[in-house]
Amino acid sequence: MSANLSALFYLISGILFILALRGLSSPETSRQGNYFGIAGMVISIIVTFLSVSNFGSGFIYVLIFLLIGGSIGAFIAFRIPMTAMPELVAGFHSLVGLAAVFVAISAFLKPEAFNLGVVGNIKLASLIEMSLGAAIGAITFSGSIIAFLKLRGIMSGSPITFKGQHFINLILGFLIIFLIFYLCNSQSTNIFWSIIVVSFIVGVLLIIPIGGADMPVVISMLNSYSGWAAAGIGFTLENTALIITGALVGSSGAILSYIMCKGMNRSFFNVILGGWGATDQTKSAANIEQKPVKSGNADDAAFLMKNASSVIIVPGYGMAVAQAQHALREMVDALKKNGVKVSYAIHPVAGRMPGHMNVLLAEANVPYDEVFELEEINNDFANCDVAYVIGANDVTNPVAKSDPQSPIYGMPVLDVEKSKSVLFVKRSLSPGYAGIDNDLFYRDNTLMLFADAKKMTEEIVKSL
Amino acid sequence: MEIDPFIFRLSIFILSIFVGYYVVWSVTPSLHTPLMSVTNAISSVIIVGAIIAALAGSTENIFETSNVFGFLAIVLAAVNIFGGFLVTQRMLQMYKKKKNK
Repeated sequence: MSANLSALFYLISGILFILALRGLSSPETSRQGNYFGIAGMVISIIVTFLSVSNFGSGFIYVLIFLLIGGSIGAFIAFRIPMTAMPELVAGFHSLVGLAAVFVAISAFLKPEAFNLGVVGNIKLASLIEMSLGAAIGAITFSGSIIAFLKLRGIMSGSPITFKGQHFINLILGFLIIFLIFYLCNSQSTNIFWSIIVVSFIVGVLLIIPIGGADMPVVISMLNSYSGWAAAGIGFTLENTALIITGALVGSSGAILSYIMCKGMNRSFFNVILGGWGATDQTKSAANIEQKPVKSGNADDAAFLMKNASSVIIVPGYGMAVAQAQHALREMVDALKKNGVKVSYAIHPVAGRMPGHMNVLLAEANVPYDEVFELEEINNDFANCDVAYVIGANDVTNPVAKSDPQSPIYGMPVLDVEKSKSVLFVKRSLSPGYAGIDNDLFYRDNTLMLFADAKKMTEEIVKSL
Repeated sequence: MEIDPFIFRLSIFILSIFVGYYVVWSVTPSLHTPLMSVTNAISSVIIVGAIIAALAGSTENIFETSNVFGFLAIVLAAVNIFGGFLVTQRMLQMYKKKKNK
């Protein structure tokens, strides 16, 4: 296959990938979009085979390795529970990052195969592109591994900080740039390896100071990095499909990070520099017990909701942890039978990744047109009888609107307190991730339901 | 004077960033998780580079160091491609509209 023809096919793949993302503008077109994506991928792979046109024993091995990877991927995709989606995505990002590193290494060791010059005399531009691709890929890899370990709970979600952390990151960042310059002059293999090693370290150091609830930003950011790494490799290989895709993924991740940061009213740098979750929790814990709290049981909650005309459900990460989404749907079904109007309110940063709550509700067969975003539903709380807060905390805290001293001041929150009564399912009065007390607990119209989210919801279903 | 092909690629790159910017803003927030898994799947088009790397060089010795890195990258990218598209499909199947009564 001529280089021009294959370039045109790669362009078609790129367009199909754009359509794949475009399809996600509505759930109706999304499945079709996914097929466009698959088609684009198949075209890219076939065109590559045809343009390399080496159908010897190597080709067989390529197919075998493709199948091995493919079956592992398919197995994971079918087995993974929806609640584990954040760590799955983090894990997948790490694979893209590592694949980018491997391709870059291979291109460095055998530049002839990619028309980049010969060993010891690789084209300057290619050298810069491949070392950037490898560096970003390596950061993506090790960063995603840390994110995966934190989300999986293997590593503590609390931020790990030490003195001079940012200074060290800065030095290492400059070191990578310096090493790339040096590589361009010397073409030395050792320098190339050091770039990769330093980048691995940077990836780890970048993510360890970031706490659990900031993970939506981190995952989006790593998503973005994996795109830039792919684009870097795309420039090296002079491959349009890879360049287009890299740019798409890079900007997608960047936009998601931006949306997540806005959802917390924090700047991107504030999140990345980390350490937010480390606020002194003991201080706020001391004065918690002194304020009066109303608490109730499942029967009270069932009574309140049954007699309401509208109920808004506010799910959060706690729902995912307790796997309460199915019980919740049953509760809503029972309420609907009683003629209660039910809708769901999702805060942009609820859960551990963008759209996390929506997927869980979809899994529990909640129709997507009953689920609303913050801006769509926030005015409805004033007209609603009961707000059922399940596993959310900081995103409902009215302090964000009233107390300029509070660390979450200015963060957009759901106006839960405006509804006639609030049912707050929570295991204890402990403060949320931000380490601040939730003023909502002590409001007159709040009834605390102290229990596991799933158990409480099931009990309510029973008494309904 | 001739234009360096790099400039063309850079143009494609920058235009694609703009396309990505507008396309992604139009994605409905409820589909942000599938968006991440599908972007993850499509960024595995890096497998193109992995295949070239794996098949490079002589046919006698297909397991030179550079080939081995290519093969490893194929496995990693394949996990992502299959895993990414399938898990996206699985999620999208779950998004249903309210049944009209």
